[in-house]
Amino acid sequence: MPLSFNAELFIQLLVNGITLGSLYGLIAIGYSMVYGILKLLNFAHGDVYMIGAFAGYAVLSLLGGPLSPNIALAPLILLMFLGAMLVSGLLGVVIERFAYRPLREAPRIAPLISALGVSFFLQNSALLLFGAQFRSYNSFVLGSSNPQFFEPGPLIDPVFTVHNVNIQTVQVLVFVVTIVLMAGLTLFVAKTRVGKAMRATSFDREAAAMMGIDVDRVIASTFFIGSLLAGAAGVMFGLLFSQVFHFMGFLAGLKGFTAAVVGGIGSIPGAMLGGLLVGLAESFAAGYLGGRWSDLTVFAILIVVLLLRPSGLLGTRAIQKV
Amino acid sequence: MQTGGDIPEVPGRPDERDRRRVGVDEWVASHDERLADRAGFGKLGRWIDARVPPWARLLIFAAFAATLPLWMSRGDLFVYGIFTLIYILLGLGLNVVVGYAGLLDLGYVALFGFGAYFYALLDSPKYGLHWPSAVSIPIVVASTALLGLILGVPSRRLLGDYLAIVTLFFGQAFVVFVNAANPRNLTGGPNGLADIDPNDLFGYELVTRKQQYWFILGVVLLVLIGLYFLSESRTGRAWRALREDPLAAEAMSMPVNRLKLLAFAFGAAIAGLTGCLFAAVLTAVTSGNFALPILITIYAVVILGGIGSLTGVVIGAIVINVSFQFLAPENSQTNARILFYGAVILLLALGVKPLWRLALVLAGAVVFGLVAHAIASGISESWTNGVVVEGGRLAHVISEWVIIPTGHQRFANAAYLALIVLVLAVTRIRGWLQTALLIPTVYLTAVVWETSFVEEPAVARWILFGALLVFLMTVRPQGLLGTPRVEIV
Repeated sequence: MPLSFNAELFIQLLVNGITLGSLYGLIAIGYSMVYGILKLLNFAHGDVYMIGAFAGYAVLSLLGGPLSPNIALAPLILLMFLGAMLVSGLLGVVIERFAYRPLREAPRIAPLISALGVSFFLQNSALLLFGAQFRSYNSFVLGSSNPQFFEPGPLIDPVFTVHNVNIQTVQVLVFVVTIVLMAGLTLFVAKTRVGKAMRATSFDREAAAMMGIDVDRVIASTFFIGSLLAGAAGVMFGLLFSQVFHFMGFLAGLKGFTAAVVGGIGSIPGAMLGGLLVGLAESFAAGYLGGRWSDLTVFAILIVVLLLRPSGLLGTRAIQKV
Repeated sequence: MQTGGDIPEVPGRPDERDRRRVGVDEWVASHDERLADRAGFGKLGRWIDARVPPWARLLIFAAFAATLPLWMSRGDLFVYGIFTLIYILLGLGLNVVVGYAGLLDLGYVALFGFGAYFYALLDSPKYGLHWPSAVSIPIVVASTALLGLILGVPSRRLLGDYLAIVTLFFGQAFVVFVNAANPRNLTGGPNGLADIDPNDLFGYELVTRKQQYWFILGVVLLVLIGLYFLSESRTGRAWRALREDPLAAEAMSMPVNRLKLLAFAFGAAIAGLTGCLFAAVLTAVTSGNFALPILITIYAVVILGGIGSLTGVVIGAIVINVSFQFLAPENSQTNARILFYGAVILLLALGVKPLWRLALVLAGAVVFGLVAHAIASGISESWTNGVVVEGGRLAHVISEWVIIPTGHQRFANAAYLALIVLVLAVTRIRGWLQTALLIPTVYLTAVVWETSFVEEPAVARWILFGALLVFLMTVRPQGLLGTPRVEIV
C-alpha cells in the first residue's frame, strides 16, 4: 500500500468533524453548566436534545411539512430553532423542578437514579407518541444549487465543492448558529446579572444563597439555558442527518458528556473545545478506521481522559472539602 | 441495640435504668421509625424486619418457590419462575454494589452479558467446546469478577459521578463491541450466539424447564444465604459505613479502596454466574438482552424492594418480573389491565387519606367518566365507538365509561400529555384543589391505558419503570422494605 496522504479526504473529515463537534459542544455545555452548579450528571440531557429535535419537526410539520413549507426557508429554519429551543428549555425546567429539586439534599446516588429514570421515561414517551419510525426533515432533497432562502420552497441541502471537498450549506449553517449561540452564552454568563448569579452559585451555593441570590431560580435558569442549547443541537442534527428518532438522544448524550469531561466539566469554553475534539475524533475514526469503530473511539477517549486527567483539559482540579 | 452497656452499674440508684442510656441520642435512634411511620409500607416493612427472622423469610420464600412447578405450565414456569429467579440473582448482585457499597454501577448489565457470552463461547458449537458446567461456570465467574475488578479500578480515583459514567460507557461499549465491532466474528454480531448447551450437574444435563428451575432455585438460595452472612460480616458492615459516609469511613481507617473493589468483584461475580444460567436457559444470547432497558429493570428491582435489603430484592424481583411479563406484547392484555388498575387504586389508597377523600376521588372519577363519555358521544359517534382491546368481561363497562375514539390518532397523544401535566400538577398542589384535580387524573389514566398503553404494552412498561424510578427516588428513596438513612447533622 503506497503511503500517501490524501489531503482531500483529510479536509473532508475535518469539515465533517467540526460540524459534528459544534453539535456535541452545544450538548456538552448543558451537562457542564448543570454539573458546575448542582454537581449532578443530568442523564436526561440527551433526551431533552431528542425532544428538541422532535419539536423542530413539529414546527416544520405545522408549517406545511418538509417538502412544501408555507413560508420561506430562512424564517422557517429560524422558527424551527426557536420552537425547539423553547420546548426543550421548558422541559429542562420541568425536569429540574420535579425530578431533581426534591432530591437536592438527598445522598448523591438518588438524583442520578432519578435522572436515569427521567431519561428512560422521555425516550419511551417519544416512542409512544411518535412511533419507532424515523421522522424525516428531508433536508437531503437536492433541489437547486441556488437556495432561495427567502422564497417558499422545499428544505434544500445544496452541496458546494471546493477543491473536491464537499461542503453542505447546512454544515455552514450549523457552524454559524453554533458560533452565534456560544458567543451569546459567553456574553450572557459574563455580563448579565443572572450570569453573574450563576457563576456565584456554581462557586459556592450556600454562600450565594446568603448573599441574597435566589438559588432555586438560578438553577432553574441554568437548566433552561442548557436545555435550550440542547434543543438547538437537536434541530441541527435533524438538518444535518435529515432524520430524527426516539433513540437519538442516548448516544448523543453520551458523546456530549464525553465532550464535557474532555474539556473539563464545569467549564463552558472547555465544553466547546471538548465538543470539537470529540467530533473530530469521531469523524477521523469513521474515515480511517471504519464507521463501526467511531463510537468505541469516543468511549476510549473518555476513559483515557478520565484515568489520566479527570479534571479535563480546561477544568480545575476538584478539591474534596470536608 | 447496644445502649451503652459497658457503663459500670451503680447499685441501689433509683434512676439506674435511665443512666444506662447515657450517650444515646434518642432522637437519632428513633429517626428510622419516625421516617418509616410516614408511609403505609413502612409499618409492614418494620413488622417483617422485627417479627420474621431471616431464616424464616428464606423458608417462606423457598417453600413458595418450590410449589411453582406443581401448578404452573411449562411456559409459565419459564417466564414467571425462571425469569424471576434470574432477576433475583441480578438484583442481588447489583445490591452488593449499589445497596451495600453505595457505588453507582451503570455497566452492571454488561458484566451479566460478558458472563453469558463467555459461557456461550465455552459451551456451544461455536468453537466446538462443550465444557462441563463444573468447569466453565467457575471460569466464567472468576473472569467476570476480574473484569469487575478492572472496571472498579477507576473508582479508586474517581468520585461517585464519574464512576457512574465510566461504567455506563463500559456498558454501552460492550453492546457496540458485541453487536457492531464483532472482531473475527467472535460474538456473532447482531445474530448473537445460538445452540448453547444447557447447564449440567456433574455430567447430568438439565434439559427440562423443571430441572432448570430447580437448579437455578438452588443457586438463588445458596447466593441468598451467602449474601446474608456477607452482609452481617465485618466486610458487610464496612460497606454500609462506606455507603453512608465514605469520608468518615476512611477516617476510621477502613480500607476504602479495597472495599470498593471487593464490592465490584462480588457484584460482577454474581452477574457472571447469572449470565451462565441465563445463556444456558435461553440457549442463545444476543446483545439486545444486555442493553439499557434491562439495566433499568434491574435497578427497578433493587430500588423498589429497598436498596440494601435482601428481602426487598426478592420481593422487588417478583413484582417487577410479574408486571414485566404481564406487559409483554405477546401476552393477553387482560392480566395487564387488572394489574394496572390495581396498581393505580393501590397507589391512591396509599396516597389519598382519609378514606372519605379516597372514596370521593373514585366516585368522582366514575361520574366524571360517565359525563365525559356522554358529552363525547353526543358530539360524534366516532368519539366513543373504538374497540376495547381484549377487554374480556370488563369490555362492556370500559366501552361505556372510557372515551375510545376511532380515527382520532391525536386524541391518544393529547390524553397522554395531559395526563403527564395533571400528574405533575397533583404532586405540587395540596388540599381541596388536589382532590378535585385527582378526579380527572384518575379518569385520564384509564383513558391513556385504553387508548395508548394497551396498544404498546412493551413501551408502556418501560415508561412505567422509568417513572417508577423517579417516583421512588423522590417519594420513598428507601423502597418498600429498605431502611431510611439516618441523617446525623
